[in-house]
Amino acid sequence: MNYADLFRVTMPETALEMAALVVLIVDLGLLRKTALGVRVTVAALLGVAGCGAALWCISLQTGFGLYVDGALVLANGGVVAVAQAGILVLTALTLMLFIGADFTRHAAEYVAVVLMAATGGLLVTSARDLLVIFVGLELLSLGLYILTAFGKKSGKSAEAALKYYLFGGMSAAFLLFGFSYLYGLSGSTNLYWIQYNIAETGTSPLFYVAWILVVAGLGFKVAVVPFHLWAPDTYEGAPAQAAAFIASVSKVASFALLLTISRNLLMPGGPISGQKDVVEHLLRNEYLAWQPLAAILLIVAAASMIVGNLAALVQVSVRRLLAYSAIAHAGYILLGIATQRTYSGQGSTFEFFLGTTGPASLSTNAVFYYLLTYGLTIIGAFGVVAVVEHATGSDRLDSFLGLHKRNPLLAAVLLLLFLSLAGIPPLVGFWAKFNLFAAVLSVNAGPVPFALVALAVAMSAVSLYYYLQVLKRVYVMPAIDETPIKAHPVSMAVLLLIAAAVVVLGCFPALLLGWIGSF
Amino acid sequence: MLAWTIYLSFAGALLLALLPNGRNALARWLALAVAVAGLALVVRGFAEGMGQGRITIVDIPWVPSMGIHFMLAADGISRVLILLTGLAAVAGVLFSWNIELRTNEYFAFYLALIGGVYGVFLSFDLFLLFVFYEIAIVPKYFLIAIWGSTRREYAAMKLAIYSFAGSAMVLIGLLAAYTAAGSHSTGLVDLARANFPASFQMWCFPLVFTGFAILAGMWPFHTWAPTGHVGAPTAASMLLAGVVMKLGAYGCLRVGIALFPRGLDPWGFYFIGLGSWRDVFALLAVIGIAYGALVAMVQADFKFVIGYSSVSHMGFVLLGLMTLNQIGVTGAVLQMFSHGIIAGLLFAIVGRIVYERTHTRKLAELESMHLSKRLPFAAVAFVIAGYASIGGPLFSGFWAEMQILIGAWMVRPWWTMAAGVGIVVGVAYTWRAMQKAFFSDAVPSTHTLETEHDHQLAAITWPEVTGVVMLTGVSLLVGIWPRVLLDSIEPAVKTLLAGGVR
Repeated sequence: MNYADLFRVTMPETALEMAALVVLIVDLGLLRKTALGVRVTVAALLGVAGCGAALWCISLQTGFGLYVDGALVLANGGVVAVAQAGILVLTALTLMLFIGADFTRHAAEYVAVVLMAATGGLLVTSARDLLVIFVGLELLSLGLYILTAFGKKSGKSAEAALKYYLFGGMSAAFLLFGFSYLYGLSGSTNLYWIQYNIAETGTSPLFYVAWILVVAGLGFKVAVVPFHLWAPDTYEGAPAQAAAFIASVSKVASFALLLTISRNLLMPGGPISGQKDVVEHLLRNEYLAWQPLAAILLIVAAASMIVGNLAALVQVSVRRLLAYSAIAHAGYILLGIATQRTYSGQGSTFEFFLGTTGPASLSTNAVFYYLLTYGLTIIGAFGVVAVVEHATGSDRLDSFLGLHKRNPLLAAVLLLLFLSLAGIPPLVGFWAKFNLFAAVLSVNAGPVPFALVALAVAMSAVSLYYYLQVLKRVYVMPAIDETPIKAHPVSMAVLLLIAAAVVVLGCFPALLLGWIGSF
Repeated sequence: MLAWTIYLSFAGALLLALLPNGRNALARWLALAVAVAGLALVVRGFAEGMGQGRITIVDIPWVPSMGIHFMLAADGISRVLILLTGLAAVAGVLFSWNIELRTNEYFAFYLALIGGVYGVFLSFDLFLLFVFYEIAIVPKYFLIAIWGSTRREYAAMKLAIYSFAGSAMVLIGLLAAYTAAGSHSTGLVDLARANFPASFQMWCFPLVFTGFAILAGMWPFHTWAPTGHVGAPTAASMLLAGVVMKLGAYGCLRVGIALFPRGLDPWGFYFIGLGSWRDVFALLAVIGIAYGALVAMVQADFKFVIGYSSVSHMGFVLLGLMTLNQIGVTGAVLQMFSHGIIAGLLFAIVGRIVYERTHTRKLAELESMHLSKRLPFAAVAFVIAGYASIGGPLFSGFWAEMQILIGAWMVRPWWTMAAGVGIVVGVAYTWRAMQKAFFSDAVPSTHTLETEHDHQLAAITWPEVTGVVMLTGVSLLVGIWPRVLLDSIEPAVKTLLAGGVR
């Protein structure tokens, strides 16, 4: 390793950090006397420029990443590039929604924290070493705690941040505990060596303890049952723009990490090389270890789908509704991560492994497709909630009454986004679901994955009910108050852009699928 | 050219959605123009397709990595059903002429629904078919919830949930079939060639068939239909009964029976006298026929009578499908067309012509209004429509139900006998409703307002006359000269039964 390589690999992260510093300098140094609106706009646009610069850096990157002692520490290219590009685009969109917001006077600090949290997200997606992963994750999480607390005028915001912080601290402890077991079992912090060493020696019960701890820690980050309790409170209390960031960017990054860990550390067929009989031996050990690990994820997935969808049915706050629906969506995604072909124990594991690589990359792509489109949609949904909340002072279902009269365009955007979340074709959410479920079944069409896919499809039929509860108030029920709702033109433009993307990507799903597949 | 029916409908919907509020007359004429243009395209396509098999209209790769094609094609069955859609669309616009509330949005949802229906009937890619099938759900919800009447929000939500649950079952079956066929194509033609193992078909067939049959109003999953029909505004109930229920029946035939024919094979054992899925679904169909008719007998609300009669008549369609012989399935397709026209007519008379003037649908209150004298046009129209509905000769329903009954007799004579009970009761409930609503001599009770009886009912308008004449004419034409449709249906059914859609 040399520092030039390190710089080359972390160029996108560096670009974001530079942008954060520039925002702070410009806002706190040059614009001290200017009006809040101008400061917010300048800060947000600088942040967007930083995201653009980071995107450009990603497009310049070549090679696979940074190696230390022959083991990959920071990856780039491939699906990492997809996830990072997705994180940057979603960050830019949430920053655009910040323009026109007035929940805080600290424009530069807000944008800087968003950018730093996004840096953490980028780091998490590319890291292949437990220590780097943990540092990245903490950078992301600390940013999110601060963002949740940014609504200083609202008591709910402070409460939500405290809850989030306490739960988050505990989950970080779990994760670290699990990581220390992995280190103790394998003598290395690098995912490659951990997998190799564990496969060589065979698994011990401690390995499963470690995995359960890691699942608890990461399950908290992605908000799956039973580690989901923070999500409704945080989504409800945080400023809408911050909630959009938490629901999209943090989710993409955390799921990318979960995917990295399960694909590179646990799922059979990580970077293995050597003599044929050695490989055979290693793979066999890995396959034997993987089944119970996957079972844990599948149980969590099923629980999330059921609890998330059923709990969302009775919500009266739209933000809490979105939080529970996010839990359900996380359940669908986990299904894509956990499913792997079952090895029967007979015949050559190596040949079996060769037969699984194609479908595995298919399901990885499907997971990212789902994550990115979901992130896009949920940002739009929170954008609409932000506008309505700004006008009516509440995010309860009843504050959406008669929205189609008060702002027809906003109502149409909400219609498209919610139908997409419910999975109605030809909107993008439908393709995400279909693509994911088809990938799951092409990996393993056995009875268990099939039953879980059937459960997921049935549960998304349930989800239509609560999305329609909101749309019913928007379009059907009579308005109490018919005064028009004004949205900031930039917010409106962003929301229209997102709605257009949801329709266009839905009508031409090959665009995004092809793009993800091309890496 | 037929593909333009879909594009035109969606374009019209988009245009109407963007139209500023308050331009009601413009919105109406625009919707009528789109519907008529669609009908013209359909008639032309129907005439061109006479005597031909399946004609591919469009076939371009849509999602190449998953083998999904944007493939539109039409065979004899599709052509008959899009003809029905075109007619129902025009009639629906005519009977919605008096919508004043949010007119442009109304017609936007209406045309979006029509576009989805055209899409389903023309799709020859299973996936595309499913996409259009789902597109049709959302407009239905809003049409009923916003412009409906009795318990409209409940009715709309119930309908949406039932439809979505049904399509979830279909989606599971679709995913299973796609995976089992090797995940490289979703074309109906390719899937029909896939030769799914019999054990797979045995569970996938009932899943997909039930999923579609929910929308076709199969007993005991029919309960959305009467509430939905009654809650919906007139044109929406015309479309619901007229074409949307046919989407379900069409899916049963085109997907369920054509892709999984061996799912209908005998199980090899008997369970309470049932030996195959075919027996199960035929039994449910027969129960639907008799149950719908019996319940229609005792309804107090005029529109509920028609709503339950739809359940009964759709039972005939499902029974026809389960005969699996040439004459029975042909009858089922003809019944889809025939019921689409006649149910549309009945809902138009009850919901638009009568209700909009009397503001009641209670048969007990209509009894004292002497409508045969005050609304002679409605009375005559209802007599004709009622006669057509009970399957009287000279109208389309006669040929359809007769073919189904013959087909059923050839398989299991008791199916025919049980369905015959439904026909007899059908005569009774139609008669009862006709008598009570139009020809009763009851004296007004003291409860009803005197003024209600003195004031003149609004005159019949031209859109109503046009609509009634058009629908009656079509039913009469098919009744006198059934070959016009049978020439299309028969060869298509023959190919379909001979081996899916190969």
